[in-house]
Amino acid sequence: MKSLSGWGRHPQVPCAVHAPRDCDALAAHLAAGPVIARGMGRAYGDSALNRHATLDMRHFDRFVDFNPETGQLVAEAGVTLDQIITHFLPRGWFLSVTPGTRFVSLGGAIAADVHGKNHHVDGSFGAFVDWVEVMQPGGAIVRASRDEDPALFHHTLGGMGLTGVILRAQLRLRAVESGWIVQRTIPVETLDQMIEAFAGAEDAPYSVAWLDAMSGTGRGHVMLGRHATLADLPRGRRSAPFNVPRPRPLSLPVTLPGFVLSAPVLKLMNALYWRLGLRKAGEALVDWERYFYPLDAITGWNKAYGPKGFVQFQCALPEAQSAEGLKALLGALRDTGAGCFLTVLKRFGPGAGPVSFPMAGYTLALDLAANVRNLALMDRLERIALDHGGRFYLAKDAHLAAKTLHAADPRMAEFARWRSERGLNAAFQSEQSERLGL
Amino acid sequence: MSVKGAVLILGARSDMARATARRFAQAGFALQLAARNAESLQAEAADLRLRGAPSVSLHEFDVLETEAFDTFLDSLPDLPRVAICAVGIMGEQGESQRNPEAASAVIRSNFEGPAAILGLVANRMEDAGRGTIVGISSVAGERGRASNYVYGAAKAGFTAWLSGLRNRLAKGPVHVVTVLPGFVATRMTEGLELNPRLLATADEVAEAIFVAVERRRNVIYVRRVWALIMAIIRALPEGIFKKTSL
Repeated sequence: MKSLSGWGRHPQVPCAVHAPRDCDALAAHLAAGPVIARGMGRAYGDSALNRHATLDMRHFDRFVDFNPETGQLVAEAGVTLDQIITHFLPRGWFLSVTPGTRFVSLGGAIAADVHGKNHHVDGSFGAFVDWVEVMQPGGAIVRASRDEDPALFHHTLGGMGLTGVILRAQLRLRAVESGWIVQRTIPVETLDQMIEAFAGAEDAPYSVAWLDAMSGTGRGHVMLGRHATLADLPRGRRSAPFNVPRPRPLSLPVTLPGFVLSAPVLKLMNALYWRLGLRKAGEALVDWERYFYPLDAITGWNKAYGPKGFVQFQCALPEAQSAEGLKALLGALRDTGAGCFLTVLKRFGPGAGPVSFPMAGYTLALDLAANVRNLALMDRLERIALDHGGRFYLAKDAHLAAKTLHAADPRMAEFARWRSERGLNAAFQSEQSERLGL
Repeated sequence: MSVKGAVLILGARSDMARATARRFAQAGFALQLAARNAESLQAEAADLRLRGAPSVSLHEFDVLETEAFDTFLDSLPDLPRVAICAVGIMGEQGESQRNPEAASAVIRSNFEGPAAILGLVANRMEDAGRGTIVGISSVAGERGRASNYVYGAAKAGFTAWLSGLRNRLAKGPVHVVTVLPGFVATRMTEGLELNPRLLATADEVAEAIFVAVERRRNVIYVRRVWALIMAIIRALPEGIFKKTSL
């Protein structure tokens, strides 16, 4: 038994953890009772926790095959996105979709159907997955794709590991000419301006906004990006377009006391970040690491929120109700005086699949220290999202009540029914699936 | 043969060996994986090729079959530039105390076999005028403790042997690295309650070995804290040490 948590370090639950090294050992664990697979533990809440059997899949970390003509990569589920970039970017290939950290496993990225800054153009991670191999109850390994067992395939994309243990997958990488991004920073003073800026940037391959949630106005920076071509690079960089500076990651070795990131400190950090962005307004050439993964530069940043950890709130709101819903959410934050720094707004394109999170509209994500006041605030934020037709991202969730989830997302009842029909509900369970009645 | 030459890994199935193979593959070295039942390492070989190894070959090898060593070395596609021995078994101390056969297996697997094969490789490297030998020994060999002194004694022997080999070859181009990894999160330590500050990952060991080969280090501990711990343990007077249960 070992105290285990997600990236938010809340909740912490004693779990029996097993780390099988091959499919036989894995099948033996499946035979012994309900399990959940775990990769890098980057889901924020309790998605990858099972008290009786949490299966650490990081030994399944081999590359299996690569087609340099098409960019199709076959890899085991425990391979991290970091490893994929390390080995394939120097050959001219990047991930087609990447979340805000590269320290997630392939299996985790599929299970959460993660999205990136290009969702409005390209869709989510699953859009670039050709097939998955999943271990089913009884140990059978089933390959599922858009043609073979499509129900299993589509429920696995975003199914939070509740459709079986993902063993390997084939994904399509994206050909790029360099490791650089042409970034355009647009400072905006209000939330309406921000939404306008997104609407005016429909054809930008990447877009995301940071928002000063504590300013009261909704000021922030919209950051657009596209992969730099050779012609975009200064002459001196063209001969080695994939060589980018790689600073050593800083590390937060200890858990900070809870008061360090108090509201006044966070307010100051927001104001500083706002000023910093103003100076960067306009176009700049940024390396892939700084553009996609600014937080990965600080190993263990999740320890900044104190020993009790933190929770993430992330919802998606439908297009028509986005502006109003976002204003209500920011209003609730302001009323409470809660501090948050990592507030991110992103435009989504159309959603896909029976369980995947994104839907056409906007998604708002923010971090809150896990204290009594903020957990009450979470209830309020969830209520507002629900009232505006929103839905919730399970990879971030540690807090939702089953009632709220099912009211917001009728697909989830369907998912639970499908699981029980296929006999998956008795075999694959997490703390989250039990809490949410999946 | 690749420009960088090949790295031979003896005992290629272990976690440390796998991680080390990957590190060298990423740097563009060819790999020769030697283990029992080598054919079952096909998936590892495919992985290493995708990580950058220009070629990967699999070789049947049993550290207890000393008489087959020369044939084994002759069968390699070419003389490795780096030979890394990650062979070893922990054994079970109680069993080793009761059963001389079990104790002998521990000693032969951790000392006799590794020393014999690396000795033959070293001779060939000396003739070729280049090469690096890496022996993965253990901090357990620095002082015998009740909990694992048969294993510890074998590793002590191996450490002394590597030291002697390094001394013998010091005037020439062939270099010898002794690795004393401390606790490493591997199959061997799975299920033990170990202090996470003292517990290195297999990837850390791999990186340390890679750097040690590049920079011609002599003896390395992976986590520096182990150098301090072992200095203290070595310095304890025997009268005190014998009463401890470390």
